[in-house]
Amino acid sequence: MRYLPLSDQNRADMLAAVGVASVEDLFADIPAAAKAKATFNLSNSMSEMEVERVLSAIAAKNINAAQAPSFLGAGNYRHHTPASLDYIIQRGEFLTAYTPYQPEISQGTLQAIYEFQTQVALITGMEVANASMYDGATACAEAATMACRVTKRAKVLVSGSVHPHYRDVTATALRFMDLHIECLAPDPVGVEDLIGRVGSDLACVIVQTPGFFGHLNDFTALAEACHAAGALLVVCVAEPVSLGLLKSPGAMGADIVVGDGQSIATPTMFGGPGVGLFATREKFIRQMPGRLAGETVDENGRRGWVLTLSTREQHIRREKATSNICTNSGLIALAFSVHMTLLGEAGFRRLAELNHAHAALLADQLETLKGVKILPSAFFNEFAVQLPKPAAPVVEALAKRNILGGIPASRFYPTYPELENILLLTATEMNTEADIAVLVGALKEVLS
Amino acid sequence: MSQLRFTKDHEWVRVEGTTATVGITEFAQGQLGDIVFVEVPAKGKALSDGGEAAVVESVKAASEVYAPVSGSVTEGNAALPDAPDTVNKDPQGAGWFFKMTINNPAELDSLMDQAAYDKFVADAS
Amino acid sequence: MTEIVTTSGHRALQIEQPLIFELDTSGSTAVDLPAAPKVRTRLGQLRSDKPIGLPGLSEPEVVRHYTRLSQKNYSIDTGFYPLGSCTMKHNPRLNEKMARLPGFADIHPYQPQSTAQGAYELIDTLAHWLKTLTGMPAVAMSPAAGAHGELCGLMCIRSAHEANGQGARKLVLVPESAHGTNPATAALCGYRVEAIPANAGGRVDIAALKAKLGPDVAAVMITNPNTCGLFETECIEIAQAVHAAGAYFYMDGANFNALVGRVRIADLGVDAMHINLHKTFSTPHGGGGPGAGPTVLSAALAAFVPVPFVVKGVDGFSVEEHAGVGAAKQSLGRMKGFQGQFGVFVRALSYILAMGVDGLKTASGDAVLNANYLRTELSAELHPAFDGICMHEVVFDDSFLKNTGVSTLDIAKALIDEGFHPMTMYFPLVVHGALLMEPTETESKATLDQFIASLLALARKAKQGDQAEWFKGAPRLAPRRRLDETQAARKPVLRWRNPEVGGVVAKQAAE
Repeated sequence: MRYLPLSDQNRADMLAAVGVASVEDLFADIPAAAKAKATFNLSNSMSEMEVERVLSAIAAKNINAAQAPSFLGAGNYRHHTPASLDYIIQRGEFLTAYTPYQPEISQGTLQAIYEFQTQVALITGMEVANASMYDGATACAEAATMACRVTKRAKVLVSGSVHPHYRDVTATALRFMDLHIECLAPDPVGVEDLIGRVGSDLACVIVQTPGFFGHLNDFTALAEACHAAGALLVVCVAEPVSLGLLKSPGAMGADIVVGDGQSIATPTMFGGPGVGLFATREKFIRQMPGRLAGETVDENGRRGWVLTLSTREQHIRREKATSNICTNSGLIALAFSVHMTLLGEAGFRRLAELNHAHAALLADQLETLKGVKILPSAFFNEFAVQLPKPAAPVVEALAKRNILGGIPASRFYPTYPELENILLLTATEMNTEADIAVLVGALKEVLS
Repeated sequence: MSQLRFTKDHEWVRVEGTTATVGITEFAQGQLGDIVFVEVPAKGKALSDGGEAAVVESVKAASEVYAPVSGSVTEGNAALPDAPDTVNKDPQGAGWFFKMTINNPAELDSLMDQAAYDKFVADAS
Repeated sequence: MTEIVTTSGHRALQIEQPLIFELDTSGSTAVDLPAAPKVRTRLGQLRSDKPIGLPGLSEPEVVRHYTRLSQKNYSIDTGFYPLGSCTMKHNPRLNEKMARLPGFADIHPYQPQSTAQGAYELIDTLAHWLKTLTGMPAVAMSPAAGAHGELCGLMCIRSAHEANGQGARKLVLVPESAHGTNPATAALCGYRVEAIPANAGGRVDIAALKAKLGPDVAAVMITNPNTCGLFETECIEIAQAVHAAGAYFYMDGANFNALVGRVRIADLGVDAMHINLHKTFSTPHGGGGPGAGPTVLSAALAAFVPVPFVVKGVDGFSVEEHAGVGAAKQSLGRMKGFQGQFGVFVRALSYILAMGVDGLKTASGDAVLNANYLRTELSAELHPAFDGICMHEVVFDDSFLKNTGVSTLDIAKALIDEGFHPMTMYFPLVVHGALLMEPTETESKATLDQFIASLLALARKAKQGDQAEWFKGAPRLAPRRRLDETQAARKPVLRWRNPEVGGVVAKQAAE
């Protein structure tokens, strides 16, 4: 088998050195009765071409976005991947490297993490960022538990603008830690009043911009209200490309910013793996979960980087750790950083402008359809649309026409009949004007 | 007359009348290595015998500092957070962590004196 | 030995590379984008034109930057990692090719289910392999890493207790030798942790465990083989005692590479076990992830599996995305966004199909053979912490360094100059100055012999008794000497700051 270097001769020589007759003898400690039951109705080894054949056949059962115009978002976005990016992250020294616990031979990873931390801090407008979390939803949960630690309070308030996955994952985490969560109803029109609900029992308020239904929000006043009550403001960013054009959460007064870097780092990949972004204020660094790369010098006085403040982490602090996270999303964080480096300030801004322009074009076209109402007056590259009839069957009808025309809100919120007619639509730089025309034309037919 | 006592967790406590000063021993600072972070308790914090009082972190370990007896904190060493290496340099002098009142002086009797602590450390190594 | 000084500071192929922020050519970009079409913008008051401070470089500069960075890294593609419980095996590129098929890479997690049947089939096929190999009836596919899988397992256990009116059980028992994620995870689930001591043979002291079992114990978390590389021979008896006490048996599956194809963990009495796809199933470590930690579950815990999960029906596949309804009625809720670590699933299944069940069994055999070969050969100078056969990893204590002035850390740093990544050090905590080594099955005998020769030579050098100074100076040949971790922790500098904007002045790059 091609991945196994030992030859039969090697095995014989090594068994002789070890002093046992066969490999089976090395498994003597496993109870014989248990070993006897270990028979499996599974396939045997396959050549590369057989594996390719099997997996390609499975992949072909999916409609991919190169085959059908795709207007899907809701926290997972299709952007262009520069050719250089994919080659860089496939260099074996990045792809197959371990966690940089031996800094002398991991400076590539460590410098890249330090650059990533800086880029995340810059775009979110915050002071420090960590080396990544699993995804945006788990990063949000970690922010909530961190806020409880910092404020020594036990309750968290979640806005109806927050992605339901971020909300649900946070709710699960808090429930098992016997902390409390209040989740406001989904807010497609953008009318909820958060400031009025800020009290001194709250560890934090969690909000999102752009919101799940597309609304753009300035949380400056909310941040002030939170701070006056001794609470933290946590801002989620599910689409970080928006930060190329919009006021940053840090500028609004956020204490913790979380999000998912997927849209910049990786293709949609059916939703994972992404990369959780986590940024906060310098004064909270010892309460921050996750790994951190810090600058230092070596014995020759040369600048270098190491993992630092590790005593917060599971391998030292054990049950008093800030989090149990160990493996995070290193390679995807690298991809995020590489793409941000390729874009640079000018490219990042231009990418954001393109995204908004395409979404605005889509909105203009949709407004020519009878009974179709764009809900947010301001948005980035995605918005909720109120249709004259239920959205889920409309999406199915569009799929039959080979168009991936948005996501019905009911898929995320099946128990809210008032959301039945709402469709979430996204347009990125990848959607051409021709795509938009196809979608709008098909929608016109389906709605009539 | 002051007396010096030691706990099994390598804290020292120097008692003068009804107040006590607490820190970690020379042995403990050597075990921890370079101290990078110290968190001292706030004035007024109630301490139970053996309860958590402070936190000390080195590069490779993080440790609680426990109250040797029950009482309440009168002062945390405000100089330590900015100069954690003081704990390495002078653990039983300038590297003190906090001062406290003592609820029950009898609790001191179960702690080790210098001779007993020296033997305790020698046996452990 | 005088260091050679070059004008550039570079040393042939080892280039001193500044930070991207120090290479900034303002206004440059490596991505040409068309101008945005003229539209009526709808950004409200939120538009910002303030500079962010991101550096801009051309494409050649970016490619060179990251290529140079990569050349400072050790990796599996470079050489051997004898890291214990990490299973640093070869990462086949076929996995990468398969993950990049457009039918897997260019699909959205919430496109209509009818248009993503292949994606659900992929997840279901991998789930089937994991369940069959472990003999377990159910699997939670959504955890994103091993620690996340542990959390999933404990959350299922707590949910089961609460459903059975046993919610007062607040204690989890964990061996002293356990990985740090175990107690950290228990704490995140609202549990208190108590340690179970090991016996002289390096295994869980079953009498001590039984003494601690009581009506307040929710679960026991055991790693098997344990972190000393030993199979917990009394595993079945432990499971029986745990179940008799009304508790559940969680197994940390980090060491599953020793057992694949040889025993089904269901037959050992396990209720839940996470599997590290980035360990046992070859998905790449990527410098710190992403991984995946699918968690197999017994019948007692299956109902609590987190959403989403794939359901295979007569008409095709569907996915349960909402806890509290239908098949997900008792689900504990959601632990992860979207559909889980799909890209990692594709890679793992690609490996599994390539290996086949026969290959997986040969692999666990070779993994255990390689570890025992290290144990036997290294015993010439090092002292194994435990007598007898080990499984896929072996642990030595530091008694061979007694009175030499050389520590386990020093040996590890000297190994770097020999061209090897160090083994795991100072873990498990139950072994003094531990050196824990897991070779995996994808290392050749020639590589192992080279490693053995280097490590034995270093051991002999240390034992000369007057080499402590020399060891403290290692490594000398790596891109960096030993780095000052104390300074990094005392005065954390966690990001670059623009010196012109009044921030901390960035240190100069190498002279």
